[in-house]
Amino acid sequence: MADYKWPPAEKRSLIGKSFSRVDGPVKSSGRAKYSYDINRPGMLYGKMVFSPYAHANVKSIDTKAAEKMPGVRAVLVMFEPGKEVLWAGQEIVALAAETEEQARDAARAVKVEYEVLPHLVSDVAPDKAGAEHSKAGSESKDGDPDGAMKSAEVTSEGTYGASVITHCCLEAHGQVAEWEGEKLTVWASSQNVTGIAGEFSKALNVPAANVETITQYMGGGFGSKFGADPWGPACARLAKQAGRPVKMMLERDQELMEAGARPSIHARVKLGAKKDGTVVAWDSESWGTSGPQGGGNPPLPYVLRAANRRTKHTAVLTNIGPGRAWRAPNHPQCAVITMCALDDLAAAIPMDPLDFFIKNIELTGERSKVYHEELLRAAEMIEWKKKWHPRGAQNKGPIQRGLGLSIHTWGGGGHQSNCNCTIHPDGSVEVSLGSQDLGTGTRTIIALVAGETFGLPIPAITVNIGDSHYPPSGASGGSTTVGGVGSSTRRAATNALNELFAKVAPALNAKPEELEAVGGKVRVAADPSRAISWKEACAKLGATPVTAAGQRSMDLISSGVGGAQMAEVSVDTETGVVRIEEIVAVQDCGLVLNLTTAQSQVFGALIMGVTYALFEEKLMDEQTGCCLNPDMEFYKLAGLADIGKFQVHMMTGPGYDERGLIGLGEPPVVSPGAAISNAVANAIGVRVPTIPITPAKVLAALESAPRAGRA
Amino acid sequence: MNDEHRHNPPGSPPDGQDPHETSPAGEGEAKGFSRRAFLKGAGVTVSAGVMVTEGLLGTGAASAQPAPGAIAGPGPVPITLKINGKPHSLQLEPRVTLLDALRDHLDITGAKKVCDRATCGACTVLLDGKAAYSCTVLAIEAQNYEITTIEGLAAEGELSPVSAAFVEHDAQQCGFCTPGFVVAVTAFLKQNPNPSYEQVTAGLGGNLCRCGTYMGVREAALDAAKRMAGRA
Repeated sequence: MADYKWPPAEKRSLIGKSFSRVDGPVKSSGRAKYSYDINRPGMLYGKMVFSPYAHANVKSIDTKAAEKMPGVRAVLVMFEPGKEVLWAGQEIVALAAETEEQARDAARAVKVEYEVLPHLVSDVAPDKAGAEHSKAGSESKDGDPDGAMKSAEVTSEGTYGASVITHCCLEAHGQVAEWEGEKLTVWASSQNVTGIAGEFSKALNVPAANVETITQYMGGGFGSKFGADPWGPACARLAKQAGRPVKMMLERDQELMEAGARPSIHARVKLGAKKDGTVVAWDSESWGTSGPQGGGNPPLPYVLRAANRRTKHTAVLTNIGPGRAWRAPNHPQCAVITMCALDDLAAAIPMDPLDFFIKNIELTGERSKVYHEELLRAAEMIEWKKKWHPRGAQNKGPIQRGLGLSIHTWGGGGHQSNCNCTIHPDGSVEVSLGSQDLGTGTRTIIALVAGETFGLPIPAITVNIGDSHYPPSGASGGSTTVGGVGSSTRRAATNALNELFAKVAPALNAKPEELEAVGGKVRVAADPSRAISWKEACAKLGATPVTAAGQRSMDLISSGVGGAQMAEVSVDTETGVVRIEEIVAVQDCGLVLNLTTAQSQVFGALIMGVTYALFEEKLMDEQTGCCLNPDMEFYKLAGLADIGKFQVHMMTGPGYDERGLIGLGEPPVVSPGAAISNAVANAIGVRVPTIPITPAKVLAALESAPRAGRA
Repeated sequence: MNDEHRHNPPGSPPDGQDPHETSPAGEGEAKGFSRRAFLKGAGVTVSAGVMVTEGLLGTGAASAQPAPGAIAGPGPVPITLKINGKPHSLQLEPRVTLLDALRDHLDITGAKKVCDRATCGACTVLLDGKAAYSCTVLAIEAQNYEITTIEGLAAEGELSPVSAAFVEHDAQQCGFCTPGFVVAVTAFLKQNPNPSYEQVTAGLGGNLCRCGTYMGVREAALDAAKRMAGRA
């Protein structure tokens, strides 16, 4: 009788080894059809009209001229006149025409009358924003922060922060919608193929049973593609109106203005320590903007928490555009604030930050042993003890090198997930889940788990995902997918296998509970010579396949990881340009299923981290209220030449494997900003207070401390 | 940010040649026309829809084109594109880009639309074997070239050596930048059959990835070079 629990190391045939992703060939040959690539017979192209003002009263909307433009087949007003738009880029009208060019022409013919109102698009502190733009967030007090700060032998104060950035998914948000009578099919670029079907049903008032949403391949989400969004139902309405399918994907400027932003977080921090390095007190006043809505309360202090602490947070309401979850919401910003403040405190003592973090490792809580182990491993990989120097210039030239570190955490767990597994009489196997592969390798690990369970290779498993008609699974967010789909697949496959065993047992003259499936055979566990091939075993099913269901199961998964990263940078103190020399990442995530895609997640997170640490910022113009860089020329992503040398080490084996599955999407993207900022401070002797660390900010920091950084 | 790396055309040799000064196929002015000259001549607002053909199509214009000096458009005009060895006859407005012609009118969707402004390289195709951003080439101007898209690099169900190296080195995550990268690497290796690590880094600076697959891309490019030279 097959058991649900993960096999021990010596019995694993696939788990923990390295495999190419199963959808690699179809993607790398350009044959994968993303939602953006879906072309339907008679399909129209949708475009939207967006508000050019950051804050305005929409007085009237006139679509008459647009309706008469060549090729226009449907027009939909999305915004109620008399209401206020709250950011530049808010959608007003959608229309569909025969060609993209005609739709764009028609969008320009829509006349919207605005009464422009005052706006705030600057990422400023509450005292500058004013009371009407400030909303009190959480306040907390633990221990005796004032007393501890007073008795501290060393204190350090600073202001730290991370600016608003966007998601910049390469596949823009959007979808193709097609009606067949009262049935709606939507090909959407979504992280939530099951969940959005219900949203379409509700918004359009059609039975959920009539809606099918499909996401076979999707070009990046990073937390910005959980919902149907206003343009989803609008696209379906245009299709209904025109009686033809409509494709409506956001254009790049709309994507960057409208479709997701990571909230900023800034903080004034005061820290106190004993001379031996023990951190005794934390006091922070933080603020940040998530656009017109409030945004969450940041987890400060982050990971390494002084026993005596006070925090206060204020949300600044702005017209920058709405925030969305961005890979590890709040964590990268809070890592910058906390790890940089701690690094400055270590410098004030003075103390090597590695020694300082290890000295305070107990303050990280229950996973302190993991952090300790990870820090030592990372230090070895980057040769910290050999390379580290006290802050400031080490030579008379313009180029200075420095080292910095950061640690992080994330939850994981598993979202709700249902899996159906079918074993066919010809030996083929299908697993079906209403999940999606964002590029993380979800398809591959589903096949791997089923293959492990059946003793079959990965290519023997057919994985059906990306369709709301499959059994419901949760949204892919918060690193919850691997736990959800991994455990539901394991249970469904095991249940199906036990049904097969029941049919096969008589042929092997054994009881079903005595059987196992290993290496393409079904055999008696105690006497492996009594075996038949997988194909022969399945043939015993006769004409009817066996099918079984499985659900997410908490005993196969865990929550909560650590992770340590160290960066080495070189800084040109004449130009302010920061170059990444090396980053090392040491990461735990419980039981690793596919080492290749796990490492790719971490490498990718480091590159994304370099990008937000050095280049990315949603730049707003206070005069016009508009985004200044809604394009990829000026909204900069790192290129091949901008990344340095990377090393990744996954913590596996005893102490990690038995925790079961834990997601990996978020944790490794948390630390790069803080580690790079600390490395820059180490190199030039002064803190660049906010990320991205642009050349201008480096030069300004050097200017503010003229002696520092120049030997 | 090292802007000099950002602006290399996809798959270009890292020799400092300014892509903006050359035609999409890099053959100088004889066959096509330079993007810069085009922008100077026609104005940046391509959406105006009216193109003066003189100086646009150059001397090698196809016979289907109006005589030099005549106005093409703004309505649809006959356009013939030779894609992956096969001719396709279309009626397109002159303002339609090669990328939109491929994706919207021919259902050839391997080349992706991402930045739509010649920054990211997701739309990379080959024009006479050389890499070009198809989002910034008009379909009407692509008529005299042999156009190769990612679909033309290998038969369906098969992998080109570069695509195979991308799979093996896990040089893709969401995969949306991948076809552009594969085409760029293909063009790059044609000109640099035995590239160094540094040449790969500089030569592939014209393509951007959001998931962060550059480690794999670099390995895949180096490995594909070896495979194609039979040194693997």
